[in-house]
Parts: sequence; C-alpha cells; structure tokens
Amino acid sequence: MFVFLILLQVWVLNNIQFSGYVNPYLYILFILLLPFETPNWLVLFLSFFLGLSVDMFTDTIGMHASASVFIGFLRPFVLQSIAPRDGYEIGKLPRIYYYGFSWFFKYSFLLILLHHLFLFSIEVFNFSSYYLVLVRTILSTIFTTLLVIVSQYIIFRK
Amino acid sequence: MKSLLNFIIKFHYFILFVLIECFSIFLVVEYNDYHRASFLNSSSRLSGKVYTSFHSVFQYIDLKTSNNELNEAYAAILNKSKDSYKDNQIEIVEVLDSLFIQQYQFIPALVINNSVNKQNNYITLNIGANHGVTSEMGVISTRGVVGIVKDVTGNYASVISIINRNSRVSAMIKHSGYFGSLYWDGTNYLYATMDDLPNHISVNRGDTIITSGYSSMFPKGKIIGIVEEVNESRGGDFMSLSVRLNNDFKSLSHVMVVKNLLNEEQLNLEKKSNYD
Repeated sequence: MFVFLILLQVWVLNNIQFSGYVNPYLYILFILLLPFETPNWLVLFLSFFLGLSVDMFTDTIGMHASASVFIGFLRPFVLQSIAPRDGYEIGKLPRIYYYGFSWFFKYSFLLILLHHLFLFSIEVFNFSSYYLVLVRTILSTIFTTLLVIVSQYIIFRK
Repeated sequence: MKSLLNFIIKFHYFILFVLIECFSIFLVVEYNDYHRASFLNSSSRLSGKVYTSFHSVFQYIDLKTSNNELNEAYAAILNKSKDSYKDNQIEIVEVLDSLFIQQYQFIPALVINNSVNKQNNYITLNIGANHGVTSEMGVISTRGVVGIVKDVTGNYASVISIINRNSRVSAMIKHSGYFGSLYWDGTNYLYATMDDLPNHISVNRGDTIITSGYSSMFPKGKIIGIVEEVNESRGGDFMSLSVRLNNDFKSLSHVMVVKNLLNEEQLNLEKKSNYD
C-alpha cells in the first residue's frame, strides 16, 4: 500500500492541476488508515519516510516529510478528541465501515486540512502571501477529502 | 541524571516528534540554499528511470502537438533559408572566412518531468553530462526561453524553469532596448514579472520581451513573452511589467540546451576585470 500510494501520487495525482491551485495529496491516506494500536513512535517514522519518498519524486526535499510528520504527531490527539462514547475497540481499523461516515469525515478532514496548511505554508516559506496559501489549502483539502472518502467506498469496503 | 531519564521517557513521543520535524525543516532549508543532497533529487538514477518510463507514454500522446510545433519551426527556418528567395544577383560568392565563428550550439532534449503548480518548479531533461550539458546552461524551446540548467548527472539534467521563485533572467524590451530582470511571483504560470525598468521609458501592451544576451546563457533576441500590463510604481523610479510568457509550460516537450562555446572566455574576462 505504501508503494502503491506513492506511485499513484507521483504518476497520476501530481499531474492533476485545476487552475494551478488544486493539487490533491492522497498519499497521506496511508497515515490515516494505520491501525489504532500502532505505537506512536512508529507512526512518526512511517510518516517521515512516506513524506520523504514523495519528496524524492517532486524535488521538494523535506516539505512533504515535515508535513506528514506533523500530522503523524497530531493523529493520536485528533483520535482522542473525536473518540466515540465507548472508545475504540481492539481489532477494528479507522474506516468508514466500522465507525460511520460522520466520524470518518471529521477525522480525515481535520488531519488533511492540517497537513495541507502546513505543506503550503512551508512551501511558500514566508507570511506575505497567506491569502494564496489559504485558498490553495482549502481547495486542495476539499479535493483530497473527497478522494479519501471515495476510496473508502471503492477499495476499503471491508 | 535519573530525573532527566524519567523526563525523556515520559515525553519521548514529543521529543521524537521535535527531532524528526527539525530534521525535516533542516532538509527544507538546505534545499532552499541550493545544497540539495545530490542523491535525493529527481535527476537521481532511480526517479529518473521512473519518470522516463512514464514520460514515454505521454510523449506518444503529445505527439500530434509536438509534430505541429516542429512543423512550424521548420517552416520558419525554410522562410529564412536562401532557397526561399529569388536570386537577384548575378553571382553569389561564398567565402569561408574567419569573420564568423560559431558561438552557440543547440543540443536537442526531451522534457521527462515538469510541473507548473509549485512555488519552485523544476524540469528534468533526458540528457546530461554525457551529452555535453553542464550547469548554468540556458534552455530554450521553439517558443522561447524555458530556464537554466541547475544540476546534471550522467544522463539527466534538472532545470530551474522560468516559473520558479528562484529564477532570474536578464530580459530586454525589443523595440527600445531597455533591459531589466525577469522573475516569477509564484501565482500564475502564464505570467512573469519584469522590473528594474526606469520610469521614463514608454512601454505599451503587446510589446515583445526578448533575452538581452548580457548573461552568457542565452543568445540575444530569443523571445520570452509579451507585455500584458504596465505597472508604474507611484513615487519610485522604476516600473514593472506583467509579461505573458510565450511558452506554454504545461505542454512543454521538446527543448534545446544552449551551449555557449565562448562562455568560458567571457566569464574569465569578466572575472579578471572584477578583480583588478
């Protein structure tokens, strides 16, 4: 899945550009779908190598890596804050199938938004064009979230 | 010591995060300082191979437009060639003499990776050091200036395209000869900005912007774009132009690397003059 997502990102998604603003980054689906029991430190390392692999193909060394590590770090806190009333059950995975649409939407939208905001900010590397960063973040977030949710219904049904 | 260890164990998750994040940002900064680790960029062997295989498919799809472009370029050459003109003289004497020496060589290349939607857009070419490409060479297409070669490996070269925030090209207004520098502001890949122009000169919408030929990378007179809008800065002595780029960076395929045969001579001379 790691390799598949990177190749999908590099070959297909990086070539999708609407009006120069929208570019979906579906590869973070990998971080979103890691099992609940994955140790935190492992999430961080996996995020780092995932980001770095995408970076290698896009000549943006460190950008995707830092953004991925950022959401890898925030993942447990987001999971905690939107946990269902009786917590997460062992053996279940973070999928629509187990926890329903609204939970999954909240979970993925929040993390994708944070990832894109971080990524586009670090790409510009200054605060003068925050308006452009915000527009790009919001448009791309909508698009990525859409793809993530569609992927849930097509590939990860069970 | 024990309490320090306790502290580290307690906050190991956060500390690990800070360490990795610092390392990532360190990589970003290094990269912005133009010291990319040479094995981690797209001209490296692995990603170069992946992109070549991918590009071979798209090259086929773009064949039609590429053919048209070649056709146009060929027609332009034919128009200039001696055969297209009627000979009005009785006799033409051609002499091979030393008045002209060849200054520029053009090495044809294919674009195998390209982007327009980032802040720093790079292009990867399918030729490299083995084909005589070195860094700091200019890259043009039949439709104008493309960028400047940054890194080369044996078989690939990565090019800073004009639509990269780090790129600056010396440009000139064709009809008046005033020159300034052309850069990209990071928003729209169709437009670039040219500034450092004095306020008193007259520029109109539709004027042609060409390369100045002052930097040794590009021959003089290669088209860059067309003036779209003139912004006179209030109070300042300089004005800036919004330039519509002649090249469509989204459909770039066949380009040429410009090899300046007299480059070394010019640079050495300029270096010498600066020292004294």
